[in-house]
Amino acid sequence: MRLLKLVPDNTNLKFVSLRKWAFGLTLLLSLLAAGLVVTKGLNMGVDFVGGVLIEEKFATAPSIDAVRTEVDRLGVGEASIQSFSDPKTLSIRLPVPAGDEGATNRLVKKVSDDLAVKFPGATFSKYDTISGKVSDELINKGLLAVGLAILGIALFAVVRFEWQFGVSTVVAIVHDLLMTLGFFALTQFEFDLNIVAAVLTIISYSINDKIVIDDRIRENMRRYRKMDMREIIDLSVNETLPRTVMTSVTILLALFAMLILGGHVLRGFTAAMILGIVVGTYSSIYVSSSLLITLGLRADPAPRKGGVQDGAERVGPKVER
Amino acid sequence: MLDFPRWKVGSIIGLLVALCLLAVPSFLPESTTSKWGWIPHSRVNLGLDLAGGSYLLLEADTADLAATRIEAMRDSVAGTMRNGTPRIEIGDISTRGGQLTFLLRDPSQVDAARERLLAITGGGAGMSGQREWDINVVDTSRFVLKPTEAGLTQAIDTAMNDATEVVRRRIDELGTKEPTIVRQGATRIVVQVPGLKNPQALKDLLGKTAKLEFKLVDETANPADLVKGIAPIGSQVLPYPGNPQGVPFIAVKRSVIISGDQLADARQEFEPQTNAPQVAITFNAVGGRRFAKVTTENTGKPFAIILDNSVISAPNINEPILGGRASISGNFTVESANALAITLRSGKLPVALKTIAESTVSPDLGKDSIRAGVLASIVAALLVIVFMFVTYGRFGLYANLAVVINILVIVAVMAMLNATLTLPGIAGFVLTIGTAVDANVLINERIREERRRGRSVVQSVELGYKEASRTIFEANVTHAITGVIMLLLGSGPVKGFAVVLLIGICTSVFTAVTFTRMMVALWLRKNRPTTINI
Repeated sequence: MRLLKLVPDNTNLKFVSLRKWAFGLTLLLSLLAAGLVVTKGLNMGVDFVGGVLIEEKFATAPSIDAVRTEVDRLGVGEASIQSFSDPKTLSIRLPVPAGDEGATNRLVKKVSDDLAVKFPGATFSKYDTISGKVSDELINKGLLAVGLAILGIALFAVVRFEWQFGVSTVVAIVHDLLMTLGFFALTQFEFDLNIVAAVLTIISYSINDKIVIDDRIRENMRRYRKMDMREIIDLSVNETLPRTVMTSVTILLALFAMLILGGHVLRGFTAAMILGIVVGTYSSIYVSSSLLITLGLRADPAPRKGGVQDGAERVGPKVER
Repeated sequence: MLDFPRWKVGSIIGLLVALCLLAVPSFLPESTTSKWGWIPHSRVNLGLDLAGGSYLLLEADTADLAATRIEAMRDSVAGTMRNGTPRIEIGDISTRGGQLTFLLRDPSQVDAARERLLAITGGGAGMSGQREWDINVVDTSRFVLKPTEAGLTQAIDTAMNDATEVVRRRIDELGTKEPTIVRQGATRIVVQVPGLKNPQALKDLLGKTAKLEFKLVDETANPADLVKGIAPIGSQVLPYPGNPQGVPFIAVKRSVIISGDQLADARQEFEPQTNAPQVAITFNAVGGRRFAKVTTENTGKPFAIILDNSVISAPNINEPILGGRASISGNFTVESANALAITLRSGKLPVALKTIAESTVSPDLGKDSIRAGVLASIVAALLVIVFMFVTYGRFGLYANLAVVINILVIVAVMAMLNATLTLPGIAGFVLTIGTAVDANVLINERIREERRRGRSVVQSVELGYKEASRTIFEANVTHAITGVIMLLLGSGPVKGFAVVLLIGICTSVFTAVTFTRMMVALWLRKNRPTTINI
């Protein structure tokens, strides 16, 4: 049986020579993403801004406007109504009502009962209430978690590798984060606690990718002591390319299954992860590896000029260990 | 490489088989597993987002607790000064501004008064060695008692422990299955009740402190003053929503005849004549005696039944009540009378609790989520398995076997740790399926590479495993770092995801590296191929 090879043997793509273009593109996209986050903002879920979120399941897909008119008529505050990708399910967001303990439940019951009358077959499927105090804490904890994750990984990279790896990794993570946030600002998908979990996973997957390439760069630096850094990086990225592609494809297969079949509750989460995998793979190759050259990583403490050809051989039993 | 001793093979297979068996109960309905006494029963718990149910985050009202503490100190100061010998006359007592101040009528008694204060404020040093109250004297005869931070912290801690216990007792009375009540941080309690249909009943039950007091009614009070909130000395004005005399206020004596602490039992019952729901209470021996004494001395006078500082009813004492039993009537329905009985039975909350976050998921949505999650996991696994097989052939098959075992092992470990599976946890599962093959991808790609470099089969396999293992280790450490951070800082969904991710990291490294290596070694040893299709 002939086995599938996604990446042909002995690929030799010139990644490094494209890095100026890549840097330009990356910078442009990052600025765009940052601009989107600033101007459009994120559609924060009740986890982060506080409020009441009622999820209502209808028998047939209702018109959002009709539901909005109905909820507005109840005079329970300004409602924000969104549909999930499942058109039969709507999320209705309302401010937390002032008053005693039971106020929220009465609000939920009022809205739910009313909708059940107007739209036969509508049932409430879940609701969340978060007070402003808790949501502030959740934001702080979320930010702290992301910050600590970046710091911990950078420290690990510095300890196990050279400082340049630490810096380039952090830059790449910040890039991945910006892209993800930009995506959420653009699509206005709800940004909630689940998404923070997704973001942390993206970070760790993206790092995973970078560590594999970094590890190969370090190995090749030792093996071909006199090779030019550009070539070492090109070689390393090319050598690890089959793995990068294979792993990304398997994870994307799993995530697409989740996106299509996993139900609406996790859709934002899965979408974020898919985007993160793509962005993370890109940044492993173009941001973090290429940045190593800019940061002045050297294979040899005193590189000799013209030593490029020496030891440039890639295939064959030439191993000095 | 080919050197895999028999004991090693045996123990790896034994361990994995044992773990897979441990996973079995989680896939079977509870009714089936309970019939088999001999198998382990630990199974994966389903989170509320999957099982349906209510989650409540309650927070203690610490300001209320601080105020209650000062009020309690006021009573005990007044008592100890009045009842000691010699009697120390005090006046101008005030609890304003978060402190207790009072004036001594005779400045020469300052030292004696200080002695008595030290005795009732814990001698100035609590268990922690820190003062609970600061005692100061200003203007020669004015005492100022200020609760210290340490004392308050200590009081909050004790109150929260008691409150958690009371909450547990109240929820148990509801008869729901497997509620989780956990204290969180200094001032919070997390309550999770799976499958509950009516969260309002739960909140009503927890929203009451259920502080029950019996006090004598002060009949000298002028109704016009009551409305303004003015009561005679030694009395206080309390709201009385059901007052038959019109004004929704009533004046009662400050001193408590008897309090809910002396209750032995409380039950909902029906008033024999009107058939109206009411609550029958039984005092313990001490309470019963005291109740008998007071009702004997005050026959003919009204007393007030006070719940959470609001008067429920103020009946006349028609005759001495000697049996230690009384009943509370008011405008009850059967449900509200029953709820009151439960709250009284389970004791009063030492501190008022407020719901600050709440989430309720209907069981239907939970079922939909499980179905979708399981389907997605199966499809994801199948896609990955097919893909791995067409890419790596026999080596892909071994990796697939490792993935399947890995899934079972994660379930087994979760069951053993009693971990909870949430919706994001399922996402963690799907992701683990994706990343679990990464280790094998690294290994297999390395083997391909070494083969291209012209090494022999055995050498390629050996080097593939050796070189890739280092990378796998490094990549997984970073993965674990994020996992641990999510576990420590995350709440709810983030935590559920982290649990699966962390367990997945440990088990996937073992199955993907050790287990497949063993399979490959056994195959190579048996067939000694000179070429491999990879």
